[in-house]
Amino acid sequence: MGIKLKLEGVNVFFGNNRAVKDVNIDFHANMVTAIIGPSGCGKSTVLRSINRMHDMVPSARVTGKILLDQTDIYEKNADPVSIRRRIGMVFQKPNPFPAMSIYDNVIAGYKLNGRANRQESDEIVEGSLKRVALWDEVKDRLKKSAMELSGGQQQRLCIARTIAVRPEVILMDEPCSALDPIATAKIEELINELKEQYTVAIVTHNMQQAARVSDYTAFLYLGELIEFDRTGKIFTNPEKKHTEDYITGRFG
Amino acid sequence: MKQVNIRSAKNLVMTFLMFSATVAVLIPLAIIFIHIAKMGFSSISLDFFTSIPKPTGETGGGMANGIVGSGVLIAMASAIGLPIGIFGAIYLVEYGGGKLSSIIRFAADVLNGIPSIITGMVAYTLIVVPMKGFSALAGAVALALIMIPIVLRTAEEQLKMVPNSLREASLALGVPLWRTTFRVTLRSALKGVATGVLLAIARIAGETAPLLFTALGNMFWSKKLTEPIAAMPLQIFNFAISPYEDWHRLAWAGALVLVMFMFTISLATRYFSRQRN
Amino acid sequence: MEKESSTGRKAVSAEQSVSQTRSMKKILSGDSIFKGITICFALSILFILLLMVYEMGRESFPSIRQFGLKFITSSTWDAVAEDFGALPFIYGSVISSLLALLLATPLSVGTAIFVTEISQKRIGGIISALVELLAAIPSVIYGLWGVLVMAPWLQRSVQPFLIDHFGYLPFFQGAPYGVSMMAAVIILMIMIVPIITSISKEVLMAIPQSQREAAVALGATRWEMIRMAVLPYGRSGILGAVILGLGRAIGETMAVTMVIGNTPQISLSLLSPAYTMPSVIANEFAETTTRMHSAALMEIGLILLAVTLLVNVLARLLVWSVTRGTAGGGRIQ
Repeated sequence: MGIKLKLEGVNVFFGNNRAVKDVNIDFHANMVTAIIGPSGCGKSTVLRSINRMHDMVPSARVTGKILLDQTDIYEKNADPVSIRRRIGMVFQKPNPFPAMSIYDNVIAGYKLNGRANRQESDEIVEGSLKRVALWDEVKDRLKKSAMELSGGQQQRLCIARTIAVRPEVILMDEPCSALDPIATAKIEELINELKEQYTVAIVTHNMQQAARVSDYTAFLYLGELIEFDRTGKIFTNPEKKHTEDYITGRFG
Repeated sequence: MKQVNIRSAKNLVMTFLMFSATVAVLIPLAIIFIHIAKMGFSSISLDFFTSIPKPTGETGGGMANGIVGSGVLIAMASAIGLPIGIFGAIYLVEYGGGKLSSIIRFAADVLNGIPSIITGMVAYTLIVVPMKGFSALAGAVALALIMIPIVLRTAEEQLKMVPNSLREASLALGVPLWRTTFRVTLRSALKGVATGVLLAIARIAGETAPLLFTALGNMFWSKKLTEPIAAMPLQIFNFAISPYEDWHRLAWAGALVLVMFMFTISLATRYFSRQRN
Repeated sequence: MEKESSTGRKAVSAEQSVSQTRSMKKILSGDSIFKGITICFALSILFILLLMVYEMGRESFPSIRQFGLKFITSSTWDAVAEDFGALPFIYGSVISSLLALLLATPLSVGTAIFVTEISQKRIGGIISALVELLAAIPSVIYGLWGVLVMAPWLQRSVQPFLIDHFGYLPFFQGAPYGVSMMAAVIILMIMIVPIITSISKEVLMAIPQSQREAAVALGATRWEMIRMAVLPYGRSGILGAVILGLGRAIGETMAVTMVIGNTPQISLSLLSPAYTMPSVIANEFAETTTRMHSAALMEIGLILLAVTLLVNVLARLLVWSVTRGTAGGGRIQ
């Protein structure tokens, strides 16, 4: 399996504050890579740099290279808009558009690239909702507001909305932290299925979750990458003392 | 790729439109300021502050009676309006929470939205008619009615921000609530409440409509509060719609003074609120 | 307007703990007196409002009884014959306010979007401060500028141009007077822009960042993000801001009185002088000689009061629904 996405010496600054220091991570195609670490360690910051979300924060600056299929997404003439279509993102709190119906939420991103005809849209909505196992629950009320769904359903809707754009990489920023255990289990199952088609990166503070869903794990501490390896290796036989302390719960 | 180009072109066009809207909003602002400054500074003199308007045909004259009149009206309106506004706010913060306080808050907001000319009409029926004459008192009542909701709502906001631990500390010492309110709560919210009072004063200092049939205006000095009294906004109005060049100049000078007064207050409130945060 | 934004929540804890101390308070007579005093002052605000409505109703009663519904359908305004119909004033108020709103809304919303979504924070702050200065200028000063600067300019250049090139349209017929419906519309527009802008800005700033991120992460450009996530979310709040602007425009007196020409006529032409409800009150109320004349003006005031009350209540409810976060975003747990 090839490397889909590669972080080379990535630094993220907020003003003069260096939040992420020289991070190198390889994201393998069709694998799930988890980024773990205590809160404030910069794991979300790393994730958000991968689809240029920091562009929205004026004081933020990213240096180093982030290669998507060997092309640097921070290259001068790289277009953040088309990069974000190839690299989708799911956020910590479900954020469906409240003024849109379930149907319109799913198709929102797809519609940005020109008019989709009715039949095409229907197929995409159905396909995406089936992919996230939400279709059966909502097929009778597609025109209802997305705000009527439960939190777990909203989050799956947001994932459906992300995959409707047909990205290559999906970033997930603690996607289950606002959900109950049953909803969490469903999302985890979904992540496992998604990797057949997509490259997935997930940030989580829950180590069991990282162990359950990921193939590779990166451990970050105070903005630095401490260790990156196969998940099995990290959780059974880590190289670094620091990593071991963290996963065995001795700190953080 | 072509789609993306169309989309980013659209993005540029819309960004430009938003920018243009902003410019279109700022242009009249600039034009009005330039006129007030140009006409005002060329018309203003020491006379403006020391003499009363000259009869038509004579040059010179000033708005001394209007300036003093406005001061008197503001002082009287504050004397009526501030206690109601501030005590009302104390009620809302210290005893409120029930249905009654929601109703009072709502009433204050509604009062705030009533056109000031209607406030003037009501002051007319309540004061001018029974007292059989236009008077400074009637003008002050009209202005006070405008002031009350502003003071109430800003004072309430400010009193609410006083941390509860302060009140508790005082109450725990056995200080009664009323004394705690004056000594501790009001005192620590003093700057904020003062900001609200200043804002209310800035608002009523420029009000003209409610004075038209209450204070009425006066070309001379008033001797009693039961007589019609001059006020700057009224004079600006009357001079502006008059056909005389000299009076127009007085109106511009008056506008400059009034605008300077507003801006000073606006800056002061900004300074206060920045200090607090 | 800012004072609206953060009432509520913070007060809850204060009220709770004050009520805990309440049992102790009862033995202290000073406190009961104090409470009584504050209640009286607070109630007086409600009393003032009711008194205003009552006075306006009572004073306009002779006119209501005499003219009935004809008052709002008749165009006769004859103080000597004591025959009063307010249609020209209602027409003038409605047309001037709606046209001003039509022009002010895109400018204000555009500015609010520019300040919150596009410009750098510092520049946005400066622009907001300037717009707020615009709001602080008294109405009479807008009128002064309008009657001495803008109206002559309209008469000299704008209106002759419109007559020459668009004179065939019913909106641009007649002689260029300067003072006209057009002058009133422009002045009103300048005056309500700051209100709509600052409230819209507040509404936009209350929109959660997560909404913007959701759109951007789907590959939306900035404008697409605004259209997809920002505007729909803020829709009702912006509508509230616009309605609040309408309320202000309808009640605006001095500036309009100074530039509209004060002629009670109904004309399609924007170049003709017109009259509004507040203007006729401002011009005639101090000089009424008959009871019926003053009652008729009172009735106009009453109509004005009813309209502004309605508009304000509606607008506040709409703005509330966004800035207090009930429009969406809940239901996550």
